[in-house]
Amino acid sequence: MEQRHFDRELLELKEKLLLMAAKVEQLIKQSVEALIKKDAALAQSLFALDKEVDKLEIDIEEDAIALIARHQPAAGDLRFLIGAIKINNDLERISDHGVNIAQSAIRLAAQPDLKPLIDIPRMAEFSIGMLKDSLDSFVNNDPDKARAVCRSDDKVDDLKDQIFRELLTYMMEKQDSIGRAMDLILVSRNLERVADLSTNISEEEIYISEAKIVKHNVQKGK
Amino acid sequence: MPDKIALNKFSVHYGPDPLLQEIDLEIQSNQILGVIGPSGSGKTTFLRALNRMNELQPGFTASGRIMLDGEDIYGLDYDAVSLRKKVGMVFAMPVPLPMSIHENIIYGPKLSAGRGWKYDEAVVESSLKAAFLWDEVRDRLKTSALRLSGGQQQRLCLARTLALEPEVILLDEPCSGLDPVSTAKIEEALTILKERYTVILVTNNTKQAARVADRTAFFLMGKLVEEGTTQQMFTAPKDKRTSDYITGRFG
Repeated sequence: MEQRHFDRELLELKEKLLLMAAKVEQLIKQSVEALIKKDAALAQSLFALDKEVDKLEIDIEEDAIALIARHQPAAGDLRFLIGAIKINNDLERISDHGVNIAQSAIRLAAQPDLKPLIDIPRMAEFSIGMLKDSLDSFVNNDPDKARAVCRSDDKVDDLKDQIFRELLTYMMEKQDSIGRAMDLILVSRNLERVADLSTNISEEEIYISEAKIVKHNVQKGK
Repeated sequence: MPDKIALNKFSVHYGPDPLLQEIDLEIQSNQILGVIGPSGSGKTTFLRALNRMNELQPGFTASGRIMLDGEDIYGLDYDAVSLRKKVGMVFAMPVPLPMSIHENIIYGPKLSAGRGWKYDEAVVESSLKAAFLWDEVRDRLKTSALRLSGGQQQRLCLARTLALEPEVILLDEPCSGLDPVSTAKIEEALTILKERYTVILVTNNTKQAARVADRTAFFLMGKLVEEGTTQQMFTAPKDKRTSDYITGRFG
């Protein structure tokens, strides 16, 4: 059957969302890279990328609202548009967390290392993996993959607690470590939020594909 | 709550062609059932089966059962005239009788009075109010109904149906030729009327079913594909054919 005009518009919206997702993924990856390599210039360059993400967020939101108003979608089309609006919001928030990490990276680059970074790169790898998998699940309409993302969120929470405990001992031992330790705690907090928002994206994919609302450990739907 | 209407393996044929095939469906009181489906899916045949209008055409045969309040309306001793008083119908094209607004409303009750039913003049006002038309015609009840606008004529037809105090109201595309304001008035009337009646609304406008129906049934090629709450049908239909139809991918 000939593709409907509406289908083309939905596809265009999805492509815009994927473009935004690619930028957000790059932003998070490079913010962590800037932190590890103490590359303040790289961290600085990410603020412009965040601005691009912000612009895309508004653009996507306007497109989605216009599509709802003009086509009054139902069933799968409606779920996709509602999911897209939420994912759009999640991605913009993730981008903001990337900016926060970049700001910490800039501050830490100017100071000597507090300790070798071991757990934070591991946590970053995990959170970025969750983000990537959640976006893959959305691109490929793969609710099983999305469920796997939701299940892995606990591991990131454990790593965050572990990092906090370790840095607390540094802060108690040496007062001049407090500023750097706080920045590393903030980084781990931001990475944990990236994982949480990736879980949200996965939950939205499950809603789009299966019409099931799975969040707050509640399941509703057909 | 017992079902107001229950169809059990109900089929309709015109000659050898099946128009409705083994429909099983329960319809509850005080609800609006939206009936959707592409042209030729059997929506209108289904609607007309509920007050035995199909049998007015030669070549019609029905099998299976339709129970209204527990009685088989296709039973040999069921009186079709009393059925049609109980189950009123509004058609796609408004057909006002060539007489005054007042006479249009009172015509049915007067006619039925001949069969021993009682009627009261007050039914004119109450019917017109229930059809959201009273305020627009109260001071010209004696003028010809033919001078009303299309939207007003359709509400007059609804009021005429209500004047017979039916229990079930069948509507076949009642807003197909109406502007959005008239459509909204009919829809508003229906959502209030369901408190007293059982309403079955056939519509080609799926959005109308989404707006007003409590439950929605989707027909395709004479079969009932899916029936469920309107919310479920429009957010998460179970059958791909339902999804394709309500998202406009065919039909």
